[in-house]
Amino acid sequence: MTETYGARDWSSQPPLIHPDYKSTLLRGPTKKPLPLKQSLSEVTGPVHGAECVTGHDADLTRNGRRNGEPLGERIVVGGRVLGDDGRPVPNALIEIWQSNAAGRYVHGADQHDAPLDPNFFGGGRCVTDADGRYAFRTIKPGAYPWPNHHNGWRPAHIHFSLFGPSFATRLVTQIYFPGDPLLALDPIFLGVPADCRDLLVAKFSIDRTEPAFALGYDFDFVLRGRHATPMES
Amino acid sequence: MALRQTPSQTVGPYFAYGLTPRQYGYDLASIADGTMARADTGGERIRVEGRVFDGAGAVVGDAMIELWQADSLGRYAHPADPRGSNAGFTGFGRFGTGTDPQQRFVFDTIKPGRVSAGEAPYLNVIVFMRGLLAHVYTRLYFDDEAAANAADPVLSGVPAERRDTLVARRETTQTGIVYRFDIRMQGDRETVFFDV
Ligand SMILES: [Fe+3]
Repeated sequence: MTETYGARDWSSQPPLIHPDYKSTLLRGPTKKPLPLKQSLSEVTGPVHGAECVTGHDADLTRNGRRNGEPLGERIVVGGRVLGDDGRPVPNALIEIWQSNAAGRYVHGADQHDAPLDPNFFGGGRCVTDADGRYAFRTIKPGAYPWPNHHNGWRPAHIHFSLFGPSFATRLVTQIYFPGDPLLALDPIFLGVPADCRDLLVAKFSIDRTEPAFALGYDFDFVLRGRHATPMES
Repeated sequence: MALRQTPSQTVGPYFAYGLTPRQYGYDLASIADGTMARADTGGERIRVEGRVFDGAGAVVGDAMIELWQADSLGRYAHPADPRGSNAGFTGFGRFGTGTDPQQRFVFDTIKPGRVSAGEAPYLNVIVFMRGLLAHVYTRLYFDDEAAANAADPVLSGVPAERRDTLVARRETTQTGIVYRFDIRMQGDRETVFFDV
């Protein structure tokens, strides 16, 4: 008997079509997803161990350096990955990507007229420890404009991709920073149900702050947890 | 459940250097790409290719597809599968649609075996893209498995007129076996997505 995972809680998730975010109008499926009983295919998933992470992969203040320090405010973002049953998720691969302090991505398609930083790449990864803990050192990303609507600006955010223990627990999201005035205007953030938006905002933490080096932010991820009902086989 | 699940957000247009760096030419190792079969992977070599279309019929050039599949004997490389997969095959692939001139996703893999006796062989698929606020799941079945497909508990539970959207078409080309599988986000032939 293999354990299954709880259902995706759609009451905490943004709708697939959210008209204020214009690209959803042609890209979000219009039909309700069909229910699928979990089988071995859903409760298994790619296994990523510590061997996926090398060198300074979790330290974005170092992994893009060429001839000096990256510019901007150094931060540490860390916390735990948990199932919604409260149990920590160990060995979870976390991948991140973000803009630099000026709001510019390394990505070749980013046309924003803000400077690239020769010492900042903006991508990295880490794997959670036995208690589900993770941490990244990086540079606080800048806001950047986007063409969704007149004078549209994305609030500062870091993109996160997580593999929990199974294909069913996959999560891709973005985390934001407290006190950002752009949050109240951002259709992507506002697509999240109002009572769950705070879940995407990191919390400043003086405990995580590294003296004379970087400000600390806490952020815990909650994936679908293990379910009491065993899988039929 | 005690805790609220973290809300999903779109992968956005700039995932490439973080998630598919090698494929797009960035200086970071990739955890996976479109080449899933290695020299020592057993099974029938196949290529899976297709395109993603939006509701206006336009090809989506900034989607990312992830595949998760069993090996040629139907076993997953994961601790929850006590049978264990064969050496040289993780079963996981990832490919962005932004590097191919026709904006296809292309996976070089092996045809999976049946995971359990009642099931047809299939690939598990996740679709991500700008404009998709939460990832969606689908499955790819094989058109040369008609009898197994007819008996598959998931495929046979899909309304008959929509089953075709889940079935890839086998072709023999000069370079080998290709299964063609397009994903349509909307429209008359909208791909069936599953609430896994
Ligand atoms: Fe972004």
